[in-house]
Amino acid sequence: MDLAALLIDWLPFLATGVLLTLGLVIAALGVGFIIGLPAAIGQVYGSRQVRAVINIYVWFFRGLPLLVLLFLFYFGIFPLLGLGGVSPFLVGAFVLGLHGGAYQAEIFRGALLSIGEGQMTAARSLGMSRTQAIRHVILPQALLIALPGWSNEYPTVLTDTSVCYAIGVTELLTRASVIVSTEYIAMPIYLVCAGIYLVLNYVGIKGLHMLEKRVSVPGFESGSD
Amino acid sequence: MTTDDTILRVEGLAKSFGTTEVLKEVSFTVRKGETKVFIGPSGTGKSTLLRCINQLIVPDAGRVYLHGEEVTHAGARINHYRAKIGMVFQNFNLFDHLTAIRNVEIALLKVKGMKEDEAREKALFELRRVGMEDRADHYPAQLSGGQAQRVSIARALAMDPDVMLFDEPTSALDPELTGEVLEVIRGLARAGMTMLIVTHEMRFALSIADELLFMEHGTILERGAPGDLATSPTFERTRQFTGRFADL
Amino acid sequence: MDQTAFIINTLLPALWGGLVVTLGLIAFTAPFGVLIGAGVAVGRVYGSRPVQYLARAYVTFFKGTPLLLLLFILYFGLPSIGISLSPFVASVLGFIFCNSAYDSEYIRGSIRSIKEGQFTAGLALGMARTQVIRYVILPQALRRSIPGLVNEFVYLIKYSSLAYMVTVVELTGAGKMIATRYFTYNETFLVVGLVYLFLVTITTIGAHLLERRVAIPG
Repeated sequence: MDLAALLIDWLPFLATGVLLTLGLVIAALGVGFIIGLPAAIGQVYGSRQVRAVINIYVWFFRGLPLLVLLFLFYFGIFPLLGLGGVSPFLVGAFVLGLHGGAYQAEIFRGALLSIGEGQMTAARSLGMSRTQAIRHVILPQALLIALPGWSNEYPTVLTDTSVCYAIGVTELLTRASVIVSTEYIAMPIYLVCAGIYLVLNYVGIKGLHMLEKRVSVPGFESGSD
Repeated sequence: MTTDDTILRVEGLAKSFGTTEVLKEVSFTVRKGETKVFIGPSGTGKSTLLRCINQLIVPDAGRVYLHGEEVTHAGARINHYRAKIGMVFQNFNLFDHLTAIRNVEIALLKVKGMKEDEAREKALFELRRVGMEDRADHYPAQLSGGQAQRVSIARALAMDPDVMLFDEPTSALDPELTGEVLEVIRGLARAGMTMLIVTHEMRFALSIADELLFMEHGTILERGAPGDLATSPTFERTRQFTGRFADL
Repeated sequence: MDQTAFIINTLLPALWGGLVVTLGLIAFTAPFGVLIGAGVAVGRVYGSRPVQYLARAYVTFFKGTPLLLLLFILYFGLPSIGISLSPFVASVLGFIFCNSAYDSEYIRGSIRSIKEGQFTAGLALGMARTQVIRYVILPQALRRSIPGLVNEFVYLIKYSSLAYMVTVVELTGAGKMIATRYFTYNETFLVVGLVYLFLVTITTIGAHLLERRVAIPG
């Protein structure tokens, strides 16, 4: 059978896989941001106890293989909490988010620490509270500084999503494997799959660079590319 | 004792970092419209003194009163007092992610709770005062040191402070840029602003000060009107110090 | 305790076998990863135009393709064109491709950070280009790359778990089989996770010691 014809037959099936993969990427980056940013703020400005808790979180989620985390949460923790019925996709998104949050926390922490003491001092001298100073002066700068590093998370997260295959999320790699075992042709399908990942990688990076350009502020130009 | 036109009263301020005593029992009073200039060798507690006044550094002992209200140990109320005490830093400390005008506006919006257009108008007025209105939309990275310092003065002025603290406002500037900043500060003195200035610019200090305070080893060693410098016997140490400056 | 007995009598012995396989995967991968990574880096910096292009394509492909897909290609895909690899060999190959691609990026950065004068001085002594690269540039570049290479080594420890997806019973696989048989997912994967944490942590500590040992003044 002609490969092109076969691919056209399977196109909707693969396209859904791409959407699920992108869904996982967005969830991972989004949840990771929602967890990672406050975690970094806690690490830099929190009390000793807060810092200890966050450090353990970061150490744990950066130290364990993603596969082990997925197994632990999908087969262990979710059922233990009576959430055994949650879909693999949601478990995958959740775990990728926690995992990404630990990595993003490191990125944001580095950015927060790179901001000079004088910014906080000046903000306080104008009568801002500590919280106001963090929110209006420190955080906006930290986000600008962190953006290139944060963008670099995208390719990593994109390839990481394929590990969700292991808990049965029907993302791109899972679907490619289904085609392989149905049609009995392996190499061409896998290579097409790899090609799709490379395109997603390329397009995403381009998009993020455009975003970096759009939000760039003189004095904060990113050195990426 | 406190007279009616006393704005700031400092009583027995002391501060140590580790075993080094940076400030020892420093006291003085500042009247409305007065300009006090602190001079002396580096590392003798002048910057620490300014920072203790608005509690950016918490002193170990002593009290600070603004209009008779105690600022020291004010707790959360400290933000209320800091809003009335303007501060200008050696390194400008402009907020690097904001344009010049946003730098001036931000505390008006967030601390004073002004409306956007009200804050904008006020910020423009202050930028005009320091001759920076044509650079309103520039980011700090696009400004020269002198321009950045003028914006930071405008930022402090916008809060309508009762007193301004200048912490070596020209030390980080190239020599050819100090003039524009000093000119702005002179303008403020003429307009009756109450100011405490730490500086190494002797000629400027002598020309602007109502009172000159010579600090060494954490204490005010000598003080008096600049006019007394040449004649008064109490100004012996100050004369030695200032004598080292070529421009005298 | 029932649970303690299970962990000591059943889980740990089973994991031991898996751990040995995991360490084997890492041991076979890491040296080749650095070696090929250095080669690719040199190719990208000093190679002719076609070599530069190839080296760049190598990095783009192996960084951009998910490692799991790479393992599938090597283990499930290659037999269709007549090449059959054992699960272990397929995994090690996949890891080497991935590891070397990332390593080469660190090494390339280090090579670029070395001052031009080093190269010129080597040439002036009468060394050939390749000799300068080998005896002057690479030793310095590799030393400067150590933090990055250690970082990649830590990643390798973790992604070696993916070998289980092509039937290698390494640490994660050993754990998965026990967990499924005894229905002890939480205990098992927590213990497995702690073993990985232990490996990662001692690597980091060891790396600090290594960095101090090979440090050159200045």
